[in-house]
Amino acid sequence: MRSGPGANGRNDILSGPGRARSYFVETMTDYFEVFGLPRKLQIDLAALQRSFYALSRRHHPDFHQSAEADAQARELEASALVNRAYRALRDPIARVEYLIALEEGREVREETAAKANVPMNLLAEMLEVQEALEEAKSSGLSDGAADQLRAEQRRLRDRYQEETDALIAAAPEWDAVVDAGGERKPLLERFKQRLAARAYLRTVIDDLGQALGGSEERDVAHRRH
Amino acid sequence: MSRIVGIDLGTTNSLVAYVDGAGVPRVIPDTEGRTLLPSIVAYTPNGILVGEAARRQLARNPTRTVYSVKRFMGRGWDDVRDEARHVPFEIVPTPEVVRIRAGDREVTPPEVSAEVLRALKLRAEAYLGEPIAQAVVTVPAYFNDAQRQATKDAGRIAGLDVLRIVNEPTAASLAYGLQKLAQGVIAVYDLGGGTFDISILRVKDGVFEVLATNGNTHLGGDDFDRAVVEWLLADIRAVHGVDLSGDPEARQELRLGAEAAKCRLSSEERTALTIPFDAFTYRRDITRAELEGLIGSLVDATLGPCRMALEDAGLPAEQIDEVVLVGGSTRVPIVRQRVKELFGRAPHSQLNPDEVVALGAAVQAQILAGGITDMLLLDVTPLSLGIETLGGIVSVLIARNTTIPTMAKEYFTTSVDGQTAVDMHVLQGERELAKDNRSLARFDLSGVDPMPAGMPKIEVTFLIDANGILQVQAKELRTGKSASIEVRPTYGLSDAEVAQMVEDSFTHAEADVNARLLIETRTEAETVLNHVRRALGQGGHLLGAEERRRIDAAIAALRAVEGGDDRDAIRERTIELNAATEKLAEAMMDAALKGAVRSRRADEILEEP
Repeated sequence: MRSGPGANGRNDILSGPGRARSYFVETMTDYFEVFGLPRKLQIDLAALQRSFYALSRRHHPDFHQSAEADAQARELEASALVNRAYRALRDPIARVEYLIALEEGREVREETAAKANVPMNLLAEMLEVQEALEEAKSSGLSDGAADQLRAEQRRLRDRYQEETDALIAAAPEWDAVVDAGGERKPLLERFKQRLAARAYLRTVIDDLGQALGGSEERDVAHRRH
Repeated sequence: MSRIVGIDLGTTNSLVAYVDGAGVPRVIPDTEGRTLLPSIVAYTPNGILVGEAARRQLARNPTRTVYSVKRFMGRGWDDVRDEARHVPFEIVPTPEVVRIRAGDREVTPPEVSAEVLRALKLRAEAYLGEPIAQAVVTVPAYFNDAQRQATKDAGRIAGLDVLRIVNEPTAASLAYGLQKLAQGVIAVYDLGGGTFDISILRVKDGVFEVLATNGNTHLGGDDFDRAVVEWLLADIRAVHGVDLSGDPEARQELRLGAEAAKCRLSSEERTALTIPFDAFTYRRDITRAELEGLIGSLVDATLGPCRMALEDAGLPAEQIDEVVLVGGSTRVPIVRQRVKELFGRAPHSQLNPDEVVALGAAVQAQILAGGITDMLLLDVTPLSLGIETLGGIVSVLIARNTTIPTMAKEYFTTSVDGQTAVDMHVLQGERELAKDNRSLARFDLSGVDPMPAGMPKIEVTFLIDANGILQVQAKELRTGKSASIEVRPTYGLSDAEVAQMVEDSFTHAEADVNARLLIETRTEAETVLNHVRRALGQGGHLLGAEERRRIDAAIAALRAVEGGDDRDAIRERTIELNAATEKLAEAMMDAALKGAVRSRRADEILEEP
């Protein structure tokens, strides 16, 4: 579909030295390489933003308005790639999700958490909350029950934050494994478990928010207009 | 590269701007020095009028005079059903793009907008003395794909190549940024005639990075006016015992009166509204507090989107360095007040809120032309883009507030042996169920080689370009063949339809400026004749016989030339008729003032304990 490297010198910064294939024909693009970074989780955000701006200045369609149609199309795709790469890497959690997809060689898609099984102990723990939720749905909430659900929601938010913090805190561990050339799979599995727990907690928190009515708008806001 | 102009195609007013030789963006005035072109198109029996001339037809020709057409761009009948009740012109219910019946013809919203764009094009050409073929046109940030596409179509019909669609609040930020009037993290609160946008941007090293945007494409000053009109209608029912709600001319007079009163109340605490109807003259005092009571909830409706934009940007309100106001409706004090409360800091509008978007569009035009190289705008897509999957669920491919251009790939296969076509449904919106989101288009992917079910692997690339407009490409990976895609926009014009409209506009165009001016002059004459007729009906008894004879003679003189082609003669006789009626106007004004004094006294007496 698109020309390979060499046909267009401008792609060098994206392809990196010695890369033999164009990103645009690959199904999996290494976003770390887009920014010339190793596949590590600790990233200097200020430096990342600087290179994002620099790459944008180079590839944004605004600056290729009078180029040939082919070149315009190429820069458009390059610009789109830079934007997606930045979006995936600037956020520490999105970064972990992307890393897992990259390591496993599958397509990564917006808002699709890595599908792993939710830990059994968490499911057991939620049983009570789920029952209370079912009851609230069928017969409405008494004041006491609402207070209890609110307290539960606060507690789950804390749990959610703990999972988030733990994921971020594990970044140096991953980077050390990469440096040492060690076994990556166990760590990736742990990341997946945490992400799954986190996604599950988010769902329960949102369900609680809905059961508790409009006052909890913030938690469902991401689904609404 | 030839000159590219920047156009703010507004709900109420439109403007055209350019960057001058010194690098300063400037709004282009018409021959009389006016910069705002009312976004109004009148389809009179004499021909098409645009702008100020069309504005004068609002009350006279309400069913043929189209205003606020931006609210109908890229929409279907279901979206505008409510809106249609509030406008005097007829909206034709169709399953596709809405149509407006204006007199004996039906027009689509892009065609109406094209008339406005054409008028701006002519204005720019006359002012700059060169042909203009390319433009940057602004749209509300919260416009969806169909609304953006409709705007681009309007440009094409008007003979303009729309090189870029830019979001209004971001355009405004460019105008501010060029003059170094805004730095750091800024919030642009843009409340116009029909739409509301909030955008949060980081301005750093010449890069304008939009972090998040939100809004409502059906909320603006029009809605304020509407609330006042409903209130006035109720008041007229109570005071005069007349129900005017079904009278389009009366409604239009009330709307214009309400709009003017609203504007005055931005600087005054109290204002008087006087509207002459055929049977009686309606007078009413309105206070700012009363206006605020009527529009308060509408203003509050802008705050939710502001909070969501902050949340999406991942920033608390305290981290916003500056709040900039854009759009005429931000002159309303209660709007400023609410914005100040929400962000905890006073907003500012150092650049004229009516002009700043057009100025920004001119800056973007200059960037595209290569005249500015140190500024870069990184905008976002306002709404999530997804496809319908099994069970009517939306699978999100590109989340809202993703920096554009952006791209996503999706893989499809077949479910039946030998199947050669795949159908997909593209949606935009934040809801989980397909039916709750905006249907953008259906795609028929055809030309797939016959294979057993599940064998083909069709890669579909969704690309949102820098205009925020979707492009789709498809390829069958096993054979490497490009599959062809037919786009059926849900509420848009097909390419063929637009091409036809472009052709029509050449054949029917009143391209000859003189012909157009003649129509304007004639229509103006008719308007004056109509006013005089009405005035004589109301105040004729106040005149002496000599005065009356002078007016009758002037009327006869104008009537004699009105149908002819001599524009100067029509204009002179119109001026003469206006002059002949000065005494009449004075006499009526005196009578009205006495009446006003009387009614105020009555009010004061009633207010006493």
